[in-house]
Amino acid sequence: MKSGSNLEKILLAGHFAFTGELGPPRGTNVSVVREKAKHLVGMVDAVNITDNQTAMVRMSSWAASLIAMEEGLEPNYQMVCRDRNRLAMQADILGASALGIRNMLALSGDHQQFGDHPQAKGVFDIDSTQLIGMVKKMRDEGKFLGGADIDEPPKIFIGGAANPFAEPYEWRVHRLAKKIKAGVDFIQTQCIYNMERMRQWVKESVDMGLTEKVYILAGVTPMKSVGMARYMQLKVPGMDVPNAIIKRLQGVDKKKVADEGIKIACEQIEAFKEMKGVSGIHLMPIEWEHKVPEIAERAKVLPRPVV
Amino acid sequence: MIVAERKPFEEVRAMVKDFKKVLTVGCGTCVAVCLAGGEKEVGVLNAELKIARRRQGDPIETGGVTVERQCDMEFLEALDGIVDEYDAIISMACGAGIQLIAERFPEIPVFPGVDTSFIGVNREVGWYEEKCRACGSCVLGMTAGICPVTMCAKGLFNGPCGGTNKGSCEINADQPCAWQRIHERLAKQNRLQNIIDICPPNDWRNQTPRTIVQPGYKDRLAAFGIK
Repeated sequence: MKSGSNLEKILLAGHFAFTGELGPPRGTNVSVVREKAKHLVGMVDAVNITDNQTAMVRMSSWAASLIAMEEGLEPNYQMVCRDRNRLAMQADILGASALGIRNMLALSGDHQQFGDHPQAKGVFDIDSTQLIGMVKKMRDEGKFLGGADIDEPPKIFIGGAANPFAEPYEWRVHRLAKKIKAGVDFIQTQCIYNMERMRQWVKESVDMGLTEKVYILAGVTPMKSVGMARYMQLKVPGMDVPNAIIKRLQGVDKKKVADEGIKIACEQIEAFKEMKGVSGIHLMPIEWEHKVPEIAERAKVLPRPVV
Repeated sequence: MIVAERKPFEEVRAMVKDFKKVLTVGCGTCVAVCLAGGEKEVGVLNAELKIARRRQGDPIETGGVTVERQCDMEFLEALDGIVDEYDAIISMACGAGIQLIAERFPEIPVFPGVDTSFIGVNREVGWYEEKCRACGSCVLGMTAGICPVTMCAKGLFNGPCGGTNKGSCEINADQPCAWQRIHERLAKQNRLQNIIDICPPNDWRNQTPRTIVQPGYKDRLAAFGIK
């Protein structure tokens, strides 16, 4: 056991994992975090706590992680390379581990120009692959990136992201291999709508033996409206939304669009349960935390196993 | 070369508003090539200043001189007899040249006439593109001659990120994804192995003011206490 986190135990025991997401508030309003957390308790194995998501300032991810823990959730502490250098990152990793955070997701982070401080200096001292390697070195070798010994190394289950849809396609699986070589334990993918492309990427990963070395959790975000689907298709970089999804949402009564979105998500989850090389789902219902119990129920992933 | 842009006129005018006699110094090297601070631009700025100040009823006297390179003390000697006649200097060189002028004439206020922008190339007359951030540890050999520190908006060493968008960068559809280009060129050269290996965290060497002494000059400069 590398970290002893619930997520690690679930995956190690061979269960199909189910993780959620919680975006911290843009202020000190703790009740927002508690309210969102309430909907997720008992529904997910761990919950991603986003880190200045979309480059907008929010309550720090480690602080919101601690509040989520108080509510009975296991956090997956997200850390982006945009906002801190290698010193601050290592300090936060030590602090997070000391306070009981056991999962981490290493990300590059959206470019600062998308957020509400476009004038900010992007740090990007190290990149997400290098961050994965740094956490692994801290955990497994008990050493800082600079080489000095750590007095009680952190215990962290290390996550990374993957986008199966960005071109060049043939490179995507190599980039996954690099993250595995750097020491990643689990992968959460970009939101998936193009199932064919996802199937192809997973197959390539299986063929290269990568899924023997890493747990892949498939990213699922239910569409709330036709507008959201169109926005994702046209405006969000790296997203691949086939026209068929939009047509299907357009084909139902206006009041039923959100329900159809959930239906599509549940069908995807069923497909992933059967897909060799996929170890679980990462559900990202954007500002729709209260819908998670319903989605989990309809996707037949309840009750969550206790390990 | 070092690429610069002429400062907006109002900014320059505000900087020298309290001075009656100003010397504008051009630089005949990089900023002349990129049409920001050479002999011609010195003339244009001085003409603008004279017209504006005359209109406002507060005429200004200007002088113009362009030296070969403002980043070299040797060429600044030419200014020695001239600057005493002026209250202020506008330097149209890059930041290095402006600072060397200010160092040579510490009694006289020196103002920048340009914004120094980047190290870049000449794509076409009047069109320049940034190519190098002077990070001090060059990886171009690994990345097929495309700089990820400069061209990748996140400066990634193990790219591309998830935001790469059909050959473009997530920040702008007109900005090519550096890592897609790196991949394509390495693939063509059959050198993908270069980036299949993990590139370790960079050794940033541009975090303190740097000096370089070429090996052949070490002994000579050591005599002056320069390491």
